[in-house]
Amino acid sequence: MFHRYAALSSPRHFYAVAGAWLPWLSVLTVLGFAAGLYWGLVVAPPDYQQGEAYRIIYVHVPSAWLSLMAYTVMAGAGLVALVWHVKLAEIAVYECAVLGAWFTALALATGMLWGKPMWGTWWQWGDARLLSELILLFLYIGVLGLHNAIADPRKAARVASVLALAGIVNIPIIHYSVEWWNTLHQGATVTRFDKPAAHSSMLWPLLFMGGMFILYFSTVLLARIRVRVLEQEADRQWAEEVRNG
Amino acid sequence: MMGRIFAAVFRREVRLAWRRRGQLLQPLMFYALVMLLFPLGAGADLTLLGQAAPSLLWVAALLAVLLAQGPLFSADLEEGGIELWVTSGVSLSWLALAKLIAHAMIVSLPLILISPILAGWLGVSGEALGVLVISMALGMPVLCWVGALGAALTLGLPRGGILLALIVLPLYIPVLMFGAGAVHAAMEGRPAGGALVLLAGLLCLGASLAPLATAAALRISQE
Repeated sequence: MFHRYAALSSPRHFYAVAGAWLPWLSVLTVLGFAAGLYWGLVVAPPDYQQGEAYRIIYVHVPSAWLSLMAYTVMAGAGLVALVWHVKLAEIAVYECAVLGAWFTALALATGMLWGKPMWGTWWQWGDARLLSELILLFLYIGVLGLHNAIADPRKAARVASVLALAGIVNIPIIHYSVEWWNTLHQGATVTRFDKPAAHSSMLWPLLFMGGMFILYFSTVLLARIRVRVLEQEADRQWAEEVRNG
Repeated sequence: MMGRIFAAVFRREVRLAWRRRGQLLQPLMFYALVMLLFPLGAGADLTLLGQAAPSLLWVAALLAVLLAQGPLFSADLEEGGIELWVTSGVSLSWLALAKLIAHAMIVSLPLILISPILAGWLGVSGEALGVLVISMALGMPVLCWVGALGAALTLGLPRGGILLALIVLPLYIPVLMFGAGAVHAAMEGRPAGGALVLLAGLLCLGASLAPLATAAALRISQE
């Protein structure tokens, strides 16, 4: 069992195995997304309070989930990179940061689009989740900036890993400090929809979309790591063989 | 043995800081200047300034701490001190802890001491002044340590200054919120204890994790 994983973590094997999986994963992701969007946007019933506008949650909520998940995966990869010097994990740190930053940006953008009709404003300082998400975006940008500033990719990955781990310790603290701050400053004008327990006809497509986002994340992450591995190992013999077909 | 090494590193830091007294004053002057800029920029409306005073004081002090981080390890790097640390066989975290505690004292103390005077400019008085000093005494070391981690991560990078700010400022947010929140609460006559206790919690967390992370970053810089 362990040997299989150890072999998989060698760049050469990873390149081959990921290459074999990717077509299947890609097809599955596209089909799953189509099914999930149809389920959420057409089949699921409209909300009794927000009408059709609520349907943005089928993109917004999974993006927000993935923005946190990508950070967790990044920090996990960072730990593996620091402790065991695994090259694939080092590459995964940066690629997770790129994807995570995009998920965060997507969550923010869709959240603001949703906020306009619901709150009447693009940006609501009183909403703790929106604020946490913005800070998360800056944490990602810090990791990316630090990684980009160092020329040697292996050293860059290890330095970025330390920052990612410092960030993961901070994320819960930031989240609760923002919530605490929020309870102090929240004016009476903030309209809040009391969240009724979501009906299962709305919840299932949401969970399904969440699963599809995870699938998308895994697929793109795998593809990105695969390309980066080939780039970093360009002077090795196996990379030469790949290039020559 | 460990205690003697700790004391030696600590004494060295304090002595070096004392011999460069002029440099010690720079963050202090920066802090005072920024606090002078706010009233000049906002007009002499004391009620407006008074309301914003906790946030202004904390943000200015936070930036002063941030600016003091840049040269933290650079002299040691040039002179080869960090290389000696890494190769000495002594626990790097332990050495880092000594340096971080000395650094926090050297940078924070002047800023904490001058804060009540600057707060007085903005019309803060009474119990809020005490809460301000306590919140800064608890929060400033955390800012120093997170900043030191940032300095260790950006060590030797060209134009590391702006990058340091970029990676450190998001991590400063909880301290700012609790610190300014405590002073706000005291000014409005609400209990400030909760925020102060949370700050003390962050102080404990920072003291236990910052040396480990800084040591890891220093070790990577020497690879």
